[in-house]
Amino acid sequence: MVIPVLAFVGLIFIPIGLACIVSSNKVVEVVYRYDTKCVPGNMLHNKVAYIQNASIDKTCTRTLKIPRDMKRPIYIYYQLDKFYQNHRRYSTSRSDAQLREPKAAGDVAEFCKPEAFAANGRPIVPCGLIAWSLFNDTYSFARRNRLPRDGDHGPPPLTVSKRGISWPSERGHLFGKNVFPRNFQNGSLVGGGQLDPRKPLSEQEDLMVWMRTAALPRFRKLYGRMEADLVAGELITVTVRNSYNSYSYAGGEKAVVLSTAGWLGGRNGFLGRAYVVVGMACFLLALLLTLLCLVFPMKEEHLLLR
Amino acid sequence: MKRFVYVNDESCGESYCDNRVSNTKYTLWNFLPKNLLEQFRRFMNQYFLLIACLQLWSRITPVSPVTTWGPLAIIFIVSASKEAWDDYNRYLSDKKANERKVWVVKDGIRGQIKAQEIHVGNIVWLHENDEIPCDLVLIGTSDPQGICYVETAALDGETDLKTRIIPSICANLSSDQLGKVKGVLECPNPDNDIRRFDANMRLFPPIIDNEKCPLAINNTLLQSCYLRYTEWACGVAIYTGNETKSGMSRGTAEPKLTAADSMIDKLTVAIFVFQIVVVLVLGFAGNIWKDSNGRKHWYLMYPAEGPWYDFLVIPLRFELLCSIMIPISIKVTLDLAKGVYAKFIDCDEQMFDRETSTPAHSANTAISEDLGQVEYILSDKTGTLTENIMIFRRCCINNTQYGDDSGDALKDTRLLNAVSSNEPDVVKFLMVMALCNTVVPIKSNDGAISYKAQSQDEEALVNAASNLNMVLTSKDSSSAEICFNSSKFQYELLDVLEFTSDRKRMSVVVKEGGSGKFLLLSKGADEAIFPRSNPGQQTKTYLEAVEMYSHLGLRTLCLGWRELEEGEYKEWSKKFQEASCSLDNRECKIAEVCHSLEQGINILGVTAIEDRLQDGVPETIKLLRSAGINVWMLTGDKQNTAIQIALLCNLITPESNGQLLSINGKTEDEILRSLERALVIMKTTPERKDLAFVLDGWTLEIILKHSMESFTRLAMLSRTAICCRMTPLQKAQLVGILKTVGYLTLAIGDGGNDVRMIQEANIGVGISGREGLQAARAADYSIGKFKFLKRLILVHGRYSYNRTAFISQYSFYKSLLICFIQILFSFVTGLSGTSLFNSISLMAYNVFYTSLPVMTILFDKDMSETTVLQYPQILLYSQAGRLLNPSTFAGWFGRSLYHALVVFLITVHTNAYEQSNMEEISMVALSGCIWLQAFVVTLDTNSFTYLQVILIWGNFVAFYIINLILSSVPTLQMYTVMWRLCSQPSYWITMALIVTIGMGPVLALRYLRNVYRPSAIDVLQQIEQTNGPTQTSRNVESATRIYLDQLLTDLRRNKGSIHQPLLSDSVASIR
Repeated sequence: MVIPVLAFVGLIFIPIGLACIVSSNKVVEVVYRYDTKCVPGNMLHNKVAYIQNASIDKTCTRTLKIPRDMKRPIYIYYQLDKFYQNHRRYSTSRSDAQLREPKAAGDVAEFCKPEAFAANGRPIVPCGLIAWSLFNDTYSFARRNRLPRDGDHGPPPLTVSKRGISWPSERGHLFGKNVFPRNFQNGSLVGGGQLDPRKPLSEQEDLMVWMRTAALPRFRKLYGRMEADLVAGELITVTVRNSYNSYSYAGGEKAVVLSTAGWLGGRNGFLGRAYVVVGMACFLLALLLTLLCLVFPMKEEHLLLR
Repeated sequence: MKRFVYVNDESCGESYCDNRVSNTKYTLWNFLPKNLLEQFRRFMNQYFLLIACLQLWSRITPVSPVTTWGPLAIIFIVSASKEAWDDYNRYLSDKKANERKVWVVKDGIRGQIKAQEIHVGNIVWLHENDEIPCDLVLIGTSDPQGICYVETAALDGETDLKTRIIPSICANLSSDQLGKVKGVLECPNPDNDIRRFDANMRLFPPIIDNEKCPLAINNTLLQSCYLRYTEWACGVAIYTGNETKSGMSRGTAEPKLTAADSMIDKLTVAIFVFQIVVVLVLGFAGNIWKDSNGRKHWYLMYPAEGPWYDFLVIPLRFELLCSIMIPISIKVTLDLAKGVYAKFIDCDEQMFDRETSTPAHSANTAISEDLGQVEYILSDKTGTLTENIMIFRRCCINNTQYGDDSGDALKDTRLLNAVSSNEPDVVKFLMVMALCNTVVPIKSNDGAISYKAQSQDEEALVNAASNLNMVLTSKDSSSAEICFNSSKFQYELLDVLEFTSDRKRMSVVVKEGGSGKFLLLSKGADEAIFPRSNPGQQTKTYLEAVEMYSHLGLRTLCLGWRELEEGEYKEWSKKFQEASCSLDNRECKIAEVCHSLEQGINILGVTAIEDRLQDGVPETIKLLRSAGINVWMLTGDKQNTAIQIALLCNLITPESNGQLLSINGKTEDEILRSLERALVIMKTTPERKDLAFVLDGWTLEIILKHSMESFTRLAMLSRTAICCRMTPLQKAQLVGILKTVGYLTLAIGDGGNDVRMIQEANIGVGISGREGLQAARAADYSIGKFKFLKRLILVHGRYSYNRTAFISQYSFYKSLLICFIQILFSFVTGLSGTSLFNSISLMAYNVFYTSLPVMTILFDKDMSETTVLQYPQILLYSQAGRLLNPSTFAGWFGRSLYHALVVFLITVHTNAYEQSNMEEISMVALSGCIWLQAFVVTLDTNSFTYLQVILIWGNFVAFYIINLILSSVPTLQMYTVMWRLCSQPSYWITMALIVTIGMGPVLALRYLRNVYRPSAIDVLQQIEQTNGPTQTSRNVESATRIYLDQLLTDLRRNKGSIHQPLLSDSVASIR
């Protein structure tokens, strides 16, 4: 009974695994880690000082080579490592009611501390450590090798659309249409990005993405979408405004990721590989058990019972 | 301290409580605080309360406090309502007793009032078969001699009738005076001593005799006894309500804890210790991470200097996170399961006794698992193994034996001829049978005579005599009439020399109506009568007859008579009266006086009465013995009869394969030597041989006094024992000995004399038999016949144990699973104690998703009932605690750790990078757990019914429906998450992966074990699958038996080590 089941599982798992691998491989992904590369050589020994020094221009432009054809839409992510959005102190430091309802602005409660009240004693909207540490590196992209000449418009420039990067549920319900940022980032200690106080929270999509906390210390968050096709071998420049502090803690990598999507999501070979391995293991186990039964047959009296 | 009771006078004297009986534990007002206090006495509840309180501190709580408060409240409400319901039922039965109508004299007029309105000093009138409503001092009865009979079984468990006498001072009151009598009673304050009442009484004028008259216990009628064979009686209320002797001695029975329960408690403590270790390690590591690493993460904004308790915060957070390791629902789930087991027993059609239409009943719903772990059965004989229907089979009169294998004595033509030809010895014999007893003949309207007797033997004798034309036609306290061959004879009943278990005989003195001769008629056990026989008489043939009859398993009685000289009788009578009236040491004095008269008895003959074995007893005992249960027989009967019954019912094997070691002797030394000898034989004999020992009450008494230790050793070595001539106390002592050694004992009996043993044993089973219902009422289980015991143990006990073993370990498994995932998750959160799961999921996981599927196990049968009864050896598994012990638990522990790793690692890898948001990962991990646990339950379910399928997979579907609904609530954080997941193919592929990796190795291991090291259970399951439960071919069966025996002897050899920790820590030291 068990041996056929094992064989059957193997039979099913291997094709599924292969399909997953193929799908994952179709996804083209360009990862560019810039956290050290964007720090000038003379500041490498003290990256924290570099990032905290507001007077230094932190723009850095690099060229990326596209390995394979990338069909639209191309998703742009930022990737952080060893960033503990799931830390208890951090992940609970928010007020969902406040994000939703203008009336609940004062509902900053215990868990938003220490970012609950501004210096003037007014509640901060949105309060808490998560909002306060909003990621604020920006990226812009341009094609490198075919610069537009006169008369030749060439392919359109690579514009990054930041609309629709959050989930509709977040725009529609979790972040209020009438809630506007107040007293945000005006303390002595500025954590991360600023918010446009004229825009309601339901339009602050970067904030929504950021506040959908990651469960793992290495995570990617959607930065924007590029409605353009890129061809293999094409060079593009990415201009990073590097202002987010990932230097004060060990292993704080930052990367920008360009990726297409398949039916299983982004490029992730794990599922496919796991399926193939499990399928093979099942076959192997089935084989092993069969051999075992042949070499060491069951005890005589036990056989009699069957 | 004394109380003065003014008879029939409500105006004077202090006021004592009224006669409202209350057995309830709570009142309406103190229910809540008292019940809460009681519940919090349990360690588990204290633990959860502490956790719940810690959760109120928002700084450390990983999830909403509702996750603990909710289930805690549910648990409290469930147990409180159960208590309340029980108490309400007690209240109802109290109310019924309190509102019963009784006749009471009020202001000189007799009238009916409610029992609860009786006040101290009232005169209460009782009629035959009334239950006595409060403690009374008897002042009058319908009997001219001032005697009445009470049945005290409800008070002390003794079934024989007790005589109560009115105090001398009231002896001459007419029934008219009784209603008007006034006086004062001086009695002690209420106590619980039902054998002692030292008081005195003085009557006021117009009664002339106003001396103080002493009162003793035999002047009282105590509450909850019954008035018997007395038309009416009246008495003065002295103690009422809960202050009566029975009320004061009512204790609440200690709740029994099953072996499985104590195992679970031990495992809980182990898990608790494990939890503390985990908390300390993680808390310590978390503090290190915080100091070395956490402060560098600027976005966490750790303050430079925290409050003084800062170092405690992380460990406490982990404590809360890990608190789910101990499943909060386990107690409720198990209580529910136990309730269901009890219902199964109550509703078992096959344990319904059609003859008496009594169903099996479990009064104690909490100990069904213990039934599956029984090691010793201590059984009463009469009424339990036998039917307790006495039938006169044989007799030996004047050296002639009547009755043989072909027929009863009653059909023996020789005897019938002797009767019709008026053979004098036979006539005398029959006369003794008819007269020497305490039987009361009752004439019904159509003239037929029926007999009421407290002793079944006496009833059998009188009935036999009447069949032989010697009919006892009427009898009152002073005279009796018998009718022989249609001529009537009058006898004056002068004295009754009562039966006691010490004297082992009873006699009556009668005066023959016609001749005026005084006759002493005696009957009793052979050893009590023969030594008192006329020295000139030859008793050899009678001795032989007794020997032979008891070899046939018959109960024998010797009958004898003596003619008394008038002068001799008169003299003796005076002494007897004196002894009867003596205030101290009365029983002993009476016995002495009786002894002086019962001399030189002419033996008339021997009667032999058969007490037939109950239907199915030998088969049941054989089955139970092959199931590895040791059966002991404890009886009040004599040795030979007991041994014969034991042989008949397969308890001991005949000489060639078995050996019966008799422990006896005339002196203490002899007894002790014989004990040592038996011990040596037990130790040296190979296991094959069936050894048993037999001893009697006197021997036991001496052994327990001098050599308790060797007896304990003997008890452990011996699979069978026959203990005869046991008093109720000794029966209980034997149970106690086996219990202290750590064995799980089951006592089964039917009579009042078994009540103590039944209450002492781990499990008490009562047979609702002819000796009344006391045993059944005191017992945890009551059944109609002994043969149902095999079903009770092998079917219900075994299933209950198996199910509890699974449910408890599974409860830990699922809690550990989710807890391990939380712990693993904490390693990627900087050891900060973040909860991966949200509060709703956590609560629903424990209370809902995982509690319902496990209920399927309640209906699970690992093998069919027929198979179990066919191969009773299989009981050894539950008996030895093979399914619930530290090593099986370690298996479950390992499984939960493995599954947690599988779920967590796969989730983390498939949902890496852009899919790594908290809500999604937590839902994926949770669904992984739900999938796994559905498969785990399915894998361990052996029988499939629709209900099981619905519970397991319905719950599975319900999980998705509930979460999809929750995902549709816009205000929740998990809004749309489940919808999103369900629409992703990667989610479903992940689930399949989790199940395959999680279950694959489990399946493969199980397969390997099944093939190469199958347990007896596996073997039988395979047989069932291939052959079906009923039809097993002969050679398969014998092969199976041999194979099973092999497996089980190995097991049994290891049993000691596996088995010990289950029951008692003291075992090792004694062994």
